[in-house]
Amino acid sequence: MAVEMLAYIDRPSPIHRLTGATKLICFILWSTAAMLTYDTRVLLFLFVASIAIFIASQVKIREISFVLIFILAFLLLNNIAIYIFSPQEGVKIYGSSHVLFEIVGRYNVTWEQLFYQFNITIKYFTIIPAAILFIVTTHPSEFAASLNKIGVSYRISYAVALALRYIPDIQRDFRNIAITQQARGIDMSSKEKLGKRIKNIASIIIPLILSSLDRIEVISNAMELRGFGKNKKRSWYSARPFKRIDYFALILVGIAFVVSLIITFYDGSRFYNPFGA
Amino acid sequence: MKKPVIQFEHFNFKYRTQVDPTLHDINLTLYEGEKVLIVGPSGSGKSTVGHCLNGLIPFSYKGEITGSLKIMGQETKDLDIFSLSKMVGTVLQDPDGQFIGLTVGEDIAFALENDVREQDEMFSIVNDVSKMVDMDGYLQSSLHQLSGGQKQRVSLAGVMVDDVDILLFDEPLANLDPATGKHAIQLIDRIQKETNKTVVIIEHRLEDVLECHIDRIVVVDKGTIVADVTPDELLASSILEECNIREPLYVRAAKYAGSDVTAESKPSHINTFTVNKDKLLTWFEATNPPERKKKTEPILELKNIHFSYSPSREIIHNVSFSIEKGEMVSIAGKNGAGKSTLASIICGFVKPNSGRILFKGEDITNDTIKERAERIGLVMQNPNQMISKHMIFEEVALGLVLRGLPEDEIKERVEKTLRICGLYPFRNWPISALSFGQKKRVTIASILVLEPELIILDEPTAGQDFKHYTEIMEFLTELNEQGVTILMITHDMHLMLEYTPRAIVIAGGEKIADDTSANILTDRDVIEKANLKETSLFDLAVKAGIEEPREFVGRFIAFDKEVRTTWQ
Amino acid sequence: MGKNLAIKTIVAIGIGAAVFVILGRFASIPTGIPNTNINTSYAFLALMAVVFGPVAGGLIGLIGHALLDSIMWGSVWWSWVIVSALVGLLIGFSAKRINIESGEFGKKQIISFNIIQIIVQIIGWGLIAPTLDILIYAEPANKVWTQGIVAGLANIVTVAVLGTILLAAYAKTRVKSGSLKAE
Ligand SMILES: Nc1ncnc2c1ncn2[C@@H]1O[C@H](COP(=O)(O)OP(=O)(O)OP(=O)(O)O)[C@@H](O)[C@H]1O
Ligand SMILES: Nc1ncnc2c1ncn2[C@@H]1O[C@H](COP(=O)(O)OP(=O)(O)OP(=O)(O)O)[C@@H](O)[C@H]1O
Ligand SMILES: [Mg+2]
Ligand SMILES: [Mg+2]
Repeated sequence: MAVEMLAYIDRPSPIHRLTGATKLICFILWSTAAMLTYDTRVLLFLFVASIAIFIASQVKIREISFVLIFILAFLLLNNIAIYIFSPQEGVKIYGSSHVLFEIVGRYNVTWEQLFYQFNITIKYFTIIPAAILFIVTTHPSEFAASLNKIGVSYRISYAVALALRYIPDIQRDFRNIAITQQARGIDMSSKEKLGKRIKNIASIIIPLILSSLDRIEVISNAMELRGFGKNKKRSWYSARPFKRIDYFALILVGIAFVVSLIITFYDGSRFYNPFGA
Repeated sequence: MKKPVIQFEHFNFKYRTQVDPTLHDINLTLYEGEKVLIVGPSGSGKSTVGHCLNGLIPFSYKGEITGSLKIMGQETKDLDIFSLSKMVGTVLQDPDGQFIGLTVGEDIAFALENDVREQDEMFSIVNDVSKMVDMDGYLQSSLHQLSGGQKQRVSLAGVMVDDVDILLFDEPLANLDPATGKHAIQLIDRIQKETNKTVVIIEHRLEDVLECHIDRIVVVDKGTIVADVTPDELLASSILEECNIREPLYVRAAKYAGSDVTAESKPSHINTFTVNKDKLLTWFEATNPPERKKKTEPILELKNIHFSYSPSREIIHNVSFSIEKGEMVSIAGKNGAGKSTLASIICGFVKPNSGRILFKGEDITNDTIKERAERIGLVMQNPNQMISKHMIFEEVALGLVLRGLPEDEIKERVEKTLRICGLYPFRNWPISALSFGQKKRVTIASILVLEPELIILDEPTAGQDFKHYTEIMEFLTELNEQGVTILMITHDMHLMLEYTPRAIVIAGGEKIADDTSANILTDRDVIEKANLKETSLFDLAVKAGIEEPREFVGRFIAFDKEVRTTWQ
Repeated sequence: MGKNLAIKTIVAIGIGAAVFVILGRFASIPTGIPNTNINTSYAFLALMAVVFGPVAGGLIGLIGHALLDSIMWGSVWWSWVIVSALVGLLIGFSAKRINIESGEFGKKQIISFNIIQIIVQIIGWGLIAPTLDILIYAEPANKVWTQGIVAGLANIVTVAVLGTILLAAYAKTRVKSGSLKAE
């Protein structure tokens, strides 16, 4: 069950040098911009910029390829689904219809539909490199400190830290329970029927959940014994101070954010329409 | 007059879910700067006493308290857990709940963070403390990559950063290798001397704790205090024997030889102990040497095994050995040497990078976990990783249920196993109401009940008292005599000498010795490399001027086993 | 609960989110429609919400789903994350009614738990998720409605079956006062 998940990748890059708080704010601005806009020019600009930042981070494509494959598969399916459900969505949005060729009934291929689906795809693509970068360049222990810094209460920030801290443990528990169940005789091969598979999954998740509930008890005891929550504030061992590069990055992303919103809503519509003219 | 810091007066405690109280009429006063050891059988209430001190009782575990407990002159009922945590620093018994931070450094700093200390200050304190426990090379490591013993050191460091008045250690040695255990005890001693803190240690490994000076020993049995005396007085009495706690071996040997053990003979440390040499010599000559076992065919063979969790660091390098059918073998070595990893490889939980594993001459390298499990049973180091049911009976029965055995046979086999493991009275309890040692026994029972041909036990006796230790080991020996092969991973040098004629030593992922246990434990080179420890019997023999100290060790063990099979 | 969350609630949020991630990652069965799985994690979310209340339920949904999305997809689908948070929050309001700590989980509690979870999930998956998808991603309405309804149905069934089993199992572990005696 050696399943890969995205995790911190250590590199000596400028992106890594930014504090977690900076990256978090940039990431939030970036994805808000990408979510709000539908303007192709803005999306393209954000997309190119995120590729550039990605290159600057020195993270190799190979290291995140498994996620990329996942996402590409998802986007492909999503595009097909959009087309099947609504082949005329583009026509509706842009108010014109330039047919490329007919298939059957309302299923034809128009420039408008292609352009619309291109926009959706590129929209996902502008968020993805930023999100991946945020995850692989921010050390998890710094993350909680960053949340706290941008105003989230330290208790909730610490809950996030605990989640990050315990994901590997719970994953190991999951594995161990699966192993011990197998060692005592459950057949767990993936070729079983669906009903049987669900039953097998239940035989793992019930002990996993019950043991996690016990664990909550033990951990809260330990935290209590070591004085968690007694003060209004708390300091962070892994926090990092703001440097000049942080302010620089924040200003840059801030400007990009404002500009992209201005361009997007300048003409009163989220969409950039090359057909109308 | 010394200042009292902990005062129990007519103190009783009953867990909410229990019918009977766990602690009865505790009267105990500890003074400032004292170093006190609490011993007692598993489940006698030691950790419960600890929980009363640090405030988990009554703030986290609910129950009924009567009587009074004052810490630093204040009634604990009137305090809250934070003010208590400023006075009492605790290292908990259960290794899982200890770690909260993501990395070693962060975890050590946890208490400092809660105190809103400046970052620079934190860095320097964490650096100092981690050097003390020899973990300064691991500050960036994440905790789930550490071995059992390494984790223990981190938790030690985590309490050390706080400036508390009382330090409480619940079984600090349970997972440490002998040399590290000795270090830990010396470390606790040093910190106590430098800071004049009051130290309370709960521990089964009496002899190891007595390495350093202890002011008093409190013996707890069935929730009451049965003794509160100096170590010398305790060792001279018969209380330990009555409560089934293992005496230091040199004391036991002296008692066998008929040498008087009195408080005046200073039995609390081998160096101060005055023993009647003539009596020891006479006893030695009158005792029979142990018998030796004969050879059979191999059951398990490892051939050139290599393994790594991540490509950057190989954990197991080229390990090969062969275990014969009907043997009982120990695997020993430093914390983090790769012993538990080796067990996982044998059971197929992880795949070796290269090398082959043979079972009765047949290649099982590619067999599934399930196929291997029908012949090989593994009791893992950490009981929490094995337990998947809520009730004790169901947990032990699980394997049999999955094998589809008839219900009455399951009941019979499970009950028999529960009796052997001393769990029968608790069979209808939830596992969460057990002490740590009892939990570990549940996992041993759940494997024993399946009757595999080869059993691997990872630290079977960690946290067990002497009575259960003996019962479990005697049962394993009995199984072994019926032909079951037993492989034990252990830090207990005496267990190795006593029960396993042969031992394999792992250091840094390599096999560095494979010999009789007696030879290994007298080989200074191997002892040094693998953090093992000579037995005090050896020192005693040398002290008494016996020419063949190795032989003395052997004869003592054979004699002792004989004696113990008669008391049960 | 007051302004300061109890330590236990904080830990429950952290561990709960971690379990949510692991269940979502390893114990979910695809339905064939993109972004739509049979998620055992929602049965767990319902359990946690009932045991630890609305704040914990909401935050486990929020943090758990956001983390799951990010380590799996390298991106966060906020529209669905918000709904997870909402489902946890709203089911959590039923905690007092069900009072699982009493160790009792009979017919009455099963029925009220299921009524609540069905209503909550219909609102969440059937209404809010598609609306947000349209607003944020401008995806076609009929596509996101279908997706929402399928996901909602799958989750309702999962929670009804597995969630009820989990709650019953949990209720059994609540040992009654003064019930343990060595025999
Ligand atoms: N949370 C709990 N709820 C109910 N009973 C408990 C709980 N914890 C411990 N007990 C009971 O109290 C008794 C004493 O337990 P305790 O943990 O203090 O033992 P111990 O002396 O520390 O044993 P060990 O050496 O095995 O750690 C045990 O019989 C156990 O069943
Ligand atoms: N899941 C894991 N991922 C990465 N490294 C690991 C993992 N488990 C153990 N290690 C590393 O492998 C080495 C061997 O660990 P192992 O648990 O086998 O030691 P051990 O000999 O059993 O020690 P101990 O006596 O302390 O239990 C250690 O250095 C540890 O840091
Ligand atoms: Mg204990
Ligand atoms: Mg180990």
